Amino acid sequence: MAKQKEVLRDVTIRFADDSGSGMQISGDQFTKTTALLGNDISTMPDFPAEIRAPAGTLAGISSFQIHFSSTDIHTPGDEVDVLVAMNPAALKVSLPLVRKNGILIINTSQFQAKNLKLADYASNPLEDKSLDGYQVFKFDLEQQTADALRDFTELTKREIERTKNMYALGLIFWLFNRPLEHTIGWITSYFDRPGRDKYIEPNVTALKAGYIFGDVSELFATSYEVKPAPLAPGKYRNLHGNTGICLGLIAASQKSGLPLFYAGYPITPASTILHELASYKRFGVKTFQAEDEIAAICAALGGAYGGALAVTASSGPGIALKQEGISLAASVELPLIICNIQRGGPSTGLPTKTEQSDLYQAIVGRHGETPLPVISTSRPSDCFDVAYEAARIATKYMTPVILLSDGYVGSGSEPWLIPNAAELVPIDVHYHTDPEGFEPFSRNADTLARPWAVPGTPGLEHRIGGLEKEDGSGNVSYDSDNHEKMTQYRAEKIERIALEIPPTEIFGDEEGGDLLIVGWGSTYGAIRTAVERQRELGKSVSRIHLRWLNPLPSDLGDVMKRFKKVLVPELNSGQLRTFLRAKYLVDAIGYNKIQGLPFRAQELEEQILELI
Amino acid sequence: MTERKTMATVAAYAQTQDTPLPEYTAKDFESDQIVRWCPGCGDYSILAQMKRTLPDLGVRRENTVFISGIGCSSRFPYYMNTYGIHSIHGRAPAIASGLRATRPDLDVWIVTGDGDSLSIGGNHLIHICRRNIDATILLFNNQIYGLTKGQYSPTSPVGQKSYSTPQGSIDAPFNPLRIALGANASFVARTIDRDTRHLQQILKRSHDHRGTAFVEIYQDCIVYNKDAFLSMTDKDTKEDHILYLEHGEPMVFGKARDKGIRLDGLQPKVISLKDEGVSMDDLLVHDEHDRYGTLSDILATFQEREGFPRPVGVVRNIERPVYEDDLQKQVDKEVARGGEADLQALLEEGDMWEVK
Repeated sequence: MAKQKEVLRDVTIRFADDSGSGMQISGDQFTKTTALLGNDISTMPDFPAEIRAPAGTLAGISSFQIHFSSTDIHTPGDEVDVLVAMNPAALKVSLPLVRKNGILIINTSQFQAKNLKLADYASNPLEDKSLDGYQVFKFDLEQQTADALRDFTELTKREIERTKNMYALGLIFWLFNRPLEHTIGWITSYFDRPGRDKYIEPNVTALKAGYIFGDVSELFATSYEVKPAPLAPGKYRNLHGNTGICLGLIAASQKSGLPLFYAGYPITPASTILHELASYKRFGVKTFQAEDEIAAICAALGGAYGGALAVTASSGPGIALKQEGISLAASVELPLIICNIQRGGPSTGLPTKTEQSDLYQAIVGRHGETPLPVISTSRPSDCFDVAYEAARIATKYMTPVILLSDGYVGSGSEPWLIPNAAELVPIDVHYHTDPEGFEPFSRNADTLARPWAVPGTPGLEHRIGGLEKEDGSGNVSYDSDNHEKMTQYRAEKIERIALEIPPTEIFGDEEGGDLLIVGWGSTYGAIRTAVERQRELGKSVSRIHLRWLNPLPSDLGDVMKRFKKVLVPELNSGQLRTFLRAKYLVDAIGYNKIQGLPFRAQELEEQILELI
Repeated sequence: MTERKTMATVAAYAQTQDTPLPEYTAKDFESDQIVRWCPGCGDYSILAQMKRTLPDLGVRRENTVFISGIGCSSRFPYYMNTYGIHSIHGRAPAIASGLRATRPDLDVWIVTGDGDSLSIGGNHLIHICRRNIDATILLFNNQIYGLTKGQYSPTSPVGQKSYSTPQGSIDAPFNPLRIALGANASFVARTIDRDTRHLQQILKRSHDHRGTAFVEIYQDCIVYNKDAFLSMTDKDTKEDHILYLEHGEPMVFGKARDKGIRLDGLQPKVISLKDEGVSMDDLLVHDEHDRYGTLSDILATFQEREGFPRPVGVVRNIERPVYEDDLQKQVDKEVARGGEADLQALLEEGDMWEVK
């Protein structure tokens, strides 16, 4: 039977099943193969906080969404074109995300009374016409997997069932005309260990069987093709945001010559930074899993005192615990990088969902007057640059730097144009070694940084601490004028970092126009997509995206004045907006969402239209 | 590319290993800061004994670091002409752990008090002991909060009256030795501020130990808890109240050296050597190296037993792996296995594709 092949510009696929069933692996494998084919991609895992919530329940669904395209894209997709639902709960949770007439690939084997009840379905959606608005492809995927593997008699029923994610992946590979080689190679190396190698052949068989099913079954009349995207020339890899942070830190370590020391305490969604850095010991990286968040910041500070490029990472609740230690680092003026991979708060909040609600904590957290530089990531592919820049500024200005990222950027992925290591901006760090006239709190005239005098240096023995220090000597001082002076020095030092920030790039009407969108952090993709679409329709809407949130760019006030209206979309109740209004007296309008979910480009477009 | 500053080059950068070790005196370790403890405070003696001991340790002044938390004792680093950090409440062990992890060439001392280390910093104290980071912890125990002006502390005895316990404390106190032993500290000792020679000996021995050395120092807060340890420091009573521990020696004490400790099953008993049929052979012999800590655990209970002398000296001294040694070994092994660090190769790791 000859099948049709249809060419599409971009597609969003969502894989959904019980957590622990391998759907993240299917998504990851589809991403890797798709990246290698040259499509632009953007991915988003979406999983519950529980490791394996009861099977079949709505709370236990783990999903992976990938948006891939033959054009430049910036988000994991507003709407899902293809949903792979492995049980009723997966269907129920994901269906609201699927576009009208979207494709539903449904595993019927789980649609019995028990699972329908667990998913809160009063009637079977496969029979009650509630899916009439979609293209439904339903079949008993588990039985078909079992049939395909019937020759593997040594495997248990459970072991055979566990390959169903590969069967589903094989089918999707067929549907979008992707080759199987890459995933077969991955399966082979993943299970290449004594005791596990018996799973290689069954998984490959399931993958191929899924592919062949698509090809021969009369269920599917059409397959789809998405051509490569016109990405800029160069070498690419698919990069997760947290990986980008790790690589940026290692690059900064290598370029500065400072040994990298990471101290952290496990917390979602920051833990992968600890995992990855722990695997890079061959770059001299030392990692320390501390007893708690407080110990992690303090150990990092100990490392910085000793002359290391010291880093800690956490998420909101952990950062709150670290605040006292961060204040000490600010007081003793040692370089440190504190990454906050934000999640929904307050308290435990929504550990696996994204939010931008720690901007207040980053900018005005701590105690006393303790301004610190705050830099943010906007997408997985800029995490490398942001981490590298954070390290450069921390060491140049002798200050802790807060790096704000979030779960959406940290766990998401997209193609990253690999930089040439030799061309990275240099990070020149010099420990102070000259005892002549040495004062631990003397200051560089340009940066106001104090000297970094590490223990082990003869003639520079000195004491630092949390008590207020006398200007210059660093001796304990309770003098009131000195305290005011030191407070001002510490603030002025941070303000001077604004000189490092390049002029604000306006995408749109540089001379001004009807509406300016000021974004920061992970809303980048949705804002960019919305602005580009509306500009194509002739709307006078422009955007800027802030990387540095403290200090703010020197020209920001001037830029905002050029526009009739300023819109600040944030995944919080308006935290950046508050700072902009306070500092620039600009009547910034907020668009805010606090649902643990990223913006969809479309909702921003609607907001733009309301304001123009 | 810039030359990589490995841990070793950081140390070399700062250090002039080829010059001979200077002949230090106590004066060389004195900073230019005015000491601001109350006149008569036990801290003065500890500071003096430290300055006297350091010249004998064979360590360069620039390689010596004192790290403290918050409290009267934690002002200690300001008075030492070495490197030092006066940090935040309870966190000195965590800072020291980070420093030792990155700079195993440095000699690290932690100065803390009973509130700092056993209350707010309890978690860090047990974890540094567990990891066996090579640092010496000096816990100045005066059984009271001094700097915050006289609240009871986690080592204050039940019934202690203080500003926060006007009717007497109802909190069961910690036994610091039991905490350290429970956390598997590889070196545990106790000494007293006024026993200057003993204090110096213990400082030296604790320094010479590889791994976490925990030293409880009884220290007299003359303002808020004066004479808490009087029976152990007064020359008329101390010999009947103190048991000096010596490795391999029977446990004898008393002015006339006529009392000793015998083990009766699992329970220690104070016995008189004057009694009929009792000889030195009956006494418990101290063994610092008892791997499983059975003996040290028993010794730690003496303070809770009526009529028992307080053991001072080295309670436990065993060898076990040091965290930062093993960390360095892992790094060295990976560096050796991975060859020259190639940043470009790292950036290009994994599945890469090229767009022409």
